[in-house]
Amino acid sequence: MKELSLNILDIVQNSLTAGAANVEIALEETAETLRITVADDGCGMTPDVARSVTDPFYTTRKTRGVGLGIPFFKLAAEQTGGTLDLKSTSEKDDPVNHGTVISALFYKTSIDFTPLGDIISTLGTLIQGLGESTDIVFTHTLPHGEVSLSTAEIRAVLGEVPLSTPEVLVFIKDDLASQYAEASSCT
Amino acid sequence: MKSLEELAKIRERMAGKVALREGENSVRIVVGMATCGIAAGARPVLNTLVDEVVKQGVSDKATVSQTGCIGICQYEPVVEVFEPGKEKVTYVKMTPDKAKRVVAEHIKGGNPVVEYTIGNTKI
Repeated sequence: MKELSLNILDIVQNSLTAGAANVEIALEETAETLRITVADDGCGMTPDVARSVTDPFYTTRKTRGVGLGIPFFKLAAEQTGGTLDLKSTSEKDDPVNHGTVISALFYKTSIDFTPLGDIISTLGTLIQGLGESTDIVFTHTLPHGEVSLSTAEIRAVLGEVPLSTPEVLVFIKDDLASQYAEASSCT
Repeated sequence: MKSLEELAKIRERMAGKVALREGENSVRIVVGMATCGIAAGARPVLNTLVDEVVKQGVSDKATVSQTGCIGICQYEPVVEVFEPGKEKVTYVKMTPDKAKRVVAEHIKGGNPVVEYTIGNTKI
């Protein structure tokens, strides 16, 4: 994929498909590295499945015999000299604490580092399709600041007005843009 | 996060407006957003559809939603339009510019843009 923000969009979809009530997207960025972690409390995977998901020929869908989301994410990290870690606990094995954490480390100094790209557009797309039963917490720690968003906080103010209302999406994107402007300025 | 007061104002403005429910009269615009779609460029197509539905004044009769793999990955980005009482229209190889035309001519005007449909597209 041309931007890591597209891989993030793809990976978070997995959490939504797993029925997660909460998804945490954490980006930790230094001058030389970027770590992307997506953690959810969805139905999780058994150890066998967790081992298989990095295989491009493993998929749960019936339409095709390939599942490329996680393999693409792994490739993007490893081609910079980075790593991908995945931990998961299935609902069957633990009815209380289940879910998946996938974390990828990227070396920005590598010539093969895919740019992060338009993360605001990714968050807008995720929130547009979010529905009532899932909340997202997003944080991006940068060398000179932090950007964050919590859909739960926004819902608390909005009451019955849906998150997917166009004016709300515009507000969220504008807010993120101004947070990024502040966090990027070295003051 | 910047002031939540602005959000509260949005709530005040929207409160009382009846939200469109996916009922019998609504047109559903569904965008494929699986790995295939995302890689092919579905994100800007979705964002354009959401913006155009508002800009062209059809947000009271059309909803935009996302779906998983439709099964025709080589044709992505794919946009399906469901209208009660009419046959499903499948648009393929979509772009933001094509999306604007679909909202204007099909959603607003009632005439599907036949040249963008799967039956008329060779890859």
